[in-house]
Amino acid sequence: MDWGGIFSSALSDMLGPSAAIYALAAVGLNLHFGYTGLLNFGQVAFMLVGSYGVGVSVAKYGLPLSVSVLVAILVSVVLALLLGVPTLRLRGDYLAIATIAVGEILRLFVNSSYFEPLTGGSLGLTDPALAGSGPQRLPNQGFTELSPFVGGKTYDFGPLHFLGSDLWVMVVTWALVILACVLMFLLMRSPWGRVLRSVREDELAARSLGKNVFSFKMQSLVLGGVIGGLAGVMYTMNIPGQVPTNFMPEITFYLWVIVILGGAGRIVGPVIGALIFWFVFSFLGSFLTDLFPGANANVGAVRIAVVGVILMLLMVFRPAGILGNKEEMRLEVR
Amino acid sequence: MRRRLLAIVMPIMFATLIALCGGGAAFASPAASPATAHPDGAAAFGQSSSHLVADGSSDAAAPSSSSGAQGETISGTLMAPIGEGGTREPIEGVTITVSQDGKEIGSATSGKDGKWQIPVPHAGTYQVTLDVKTLPNTVQLQTAGKETLKGLVVQPGFSKVALFPLVKQGQGTGATGGGGGSGQLEYLISIFITGLRFGLIIAMTAVGLSLIFGTTRLINFAHGELVTLGAVVAFAFGTSPLQWPFVIAIVLAVIAVAALSGLLEFALWRPLRKRGSGLIQMFIISIGLSLLLRNGIQFFFGPDRQQFQQATAQTQLTWGPFSATPMDLITIVVSIAILVGVAVMLQRTRMGKAMRALADNRDLAEASGINVDRVILQVWVIGGALAAVGGILFGLTSAVSFDMGFRLLLLMFAGIILGGLGSAYGAMLGSIVVGLVAQYSTVWFPPELQNAWAMLVLVVVLLVRPQGILGRLQRAG
Repeated sequence: MDWGGIFSSALSDMLGPSAAIYALAAVGLNLHFGYTGLLNFGQVAFMLVGSYGVGVSVAKYGLPLSVSVLVAILVSVVLALLLGVPTLRLRGDYLAIATIAVGEILRLFVNSSYFEPLTGGSLGLTDPALAGSGPQRLPNQGFTELSPFVGGKTYDFGPLHFLGSDLWVMVVTWALVILACVLMFLLMRSPWGRVLRSVREDELAARSLGKNVFSFKMQSLVLGGVIGGLAGVMYTMNIPGQVPTNFMPEITFYLWVIVILGGAGRIVGPVIGALIFWFVFSFLGSFLTDLFPGANANVGAVRIAVVGVILMLLMVFRPAGILGNKEEMRLEVR
Repeated sequence: MRRRLLAIVMPIMFATLIALCGGGAAFASPAASPATAHPDGAAAFGQSSSHLVADGSSDAAAPSSSSGAQGETISGTLMAPIGEGGTREPIEGVTITVSQDGKEIGSATSGKDGKWQIPVPHAGTYQVTLDVKTLPNTVQLQTAGKETLKGLVVQPGFSKVALFPLVKQGQGTGATGGGGGSGQLEYLISIFITGLRFGLIIAMTAVGLSLIFGTTRLINFAHGELVTLGAVVAFAFGTSPLQWPFVIAIVLAVIAVAALSGLLEFALWRPLRKRGSGLIQMFIISIGLSLLLRNGIQFFFGPDRQQFQQATAQTQLTWGPFSATPMDLITIVVSIAILVGVAVMLQRTRMGKAMRALADNRDLAEASGINVDRVILQVWVIGGALAAVGGILFGLTSAVSFDMGFRLLLLMFAGIILGGLGSAYGAMLGSIVVGLVAQYSTVWFPPELQNAWAMLVLVVVLLVRPQGILGRLQRAG
């Protein structure tokens, strides 16, 4: 067994574009769950609208990248408002079910033949028919033009190897993650952040002090949703040919593992969670493939089953995660 | 009590009436029928889209294990009518063609076992034609002029069975007249039967989920996997290599899943409750359990969809405008019987009363001497058994796959919230409405969206009447 190769690829994946994208989406989810106590089980929906928002704008309408990113942010805001209005007034578990349902509804819609002219249906954003009718641009074209790295070249950093194209996505996404974390740090020190945490701890108390709880929850949902949408934008920059099956509900569950692993309600929790998650995930993948060569479907299944076990064990024995504060995080229905 | 039952029956009849009228009105105008043509989509589908995600070295798409929207087919088995020996002989060499909007999609010839299968590019509405000239001289179609089946709806990820009832030469009947009008009625009625069947399957699985929620306040996200397990275990016992009698396979599957469900309560949920774990904590644990069970099932069962042998080669039964396969009827009758049984159990037996008392007020129930742990264990066992039966019926009417229960789970939630969270009767009612909505949406919209509409019902209900049809406002919080 090639332990060196396995560890090298696991370390590369730990810092790679996917880990960065998951970390960014998890920062948004941490704002929802960790700071506001919202049970958002549809974070993948925000990634989906961000991803398709930028992808369709560039590939279908030929808009410049900057405008397309604005479009993606706008649709994320709209989705958060649409999602929040019916559910934020209700008990937490309703929000959980409604958000996961909305994620599936959106995925089914972009997958359907109805929206095929816009989204490419099940073939995704690089459907030849879609590209043929549009201005012949890949969804990430404007982004790769900005890259200072040579796309096809492999850059080596000790045991780590990255393609130039991956490296560009990584640099930008990790920069966004750091920006988002700084923003969270500043927000949570502000009076606004204190109100959010009081909503999480005791909604009635916050309300009796004259705070509009619904409005604060909505602001949290919108901001975290926009961060999730930006993660979706970077997802498309990483994999330009997005297909609807890339937005299965499992992604949201991985994000939950990441948030809880790192510690909900902690600024750097999601980042640490994403690093650990991707190291373990990538390690398991290569390890099992080495162990059972040629059994790809089974390796995938076992890998996800292990994620399930990790989620259960974490929740049973360390619900506050690695960094979390047990006194602060009480997982109660609210 | 009678009023309660009425409250269940009336809305169903009402919804049916509305759906029938509305469907009829829309179907009368030709423009309203769904246009699911993909002029270039069909041609482009040949190339797999997998390379698009396979090239980033560490693509984030890798975790997704679903087989996605692949593998839709139309298939069937051609069998001669029952001969002297009481057996049915397969018919070989009959040509069958699938087309969509006048464009041929593909054709196939039935094999030695009478089976034929034609892959189709998308979920959608297709037309299947049997070439009468290729039939042997000894048989003919039961109804002359029925060699073309129009409006065959293929659902995403499913294999649709096309039925061509055959009789001995000279025993067929002429084409049933009646023109377009009765054709539409037949179409709407057939959708009603499919929708009712689907709704009843959802109802059976949702009742258990609702009872578990009512007594423990836990949203059991792993309930879909109990459904899957029921079908998978029955499949394992009932098909080769074991090939035990199907009834025994079903009974074993139900017992196995009920036992597992009880074991989970005994070994996992009860200790967690005793530790005073939060409900959100337990909800997330059930998500982890769902990932574990689903992918464990995939490991043993494989990622492909498989058909119960017992569900193929059926004849269509027809009474006037009503037509259904024996499997439809069995499913509907069995599930109604079981649901009525559950209702009687809840109303009349000591155990059922204890369950309802616990759902109403846990402290009061405990104070009045009800053994809470025992009642909750009973709820889990019954919920598991119902999930298994629902899964077997679901597998018989569509196909068995590792994620069948997970796809049903959100529809269960939709039904439960529509009917009123925490109310077992509400779950039954809501689920049947969800099943009907899903099927009737295919009259206007592409069939691949039917589950999306059913889930949209959930969002609309939360907006308009969050406590659901039968729920009480206090529960919505």
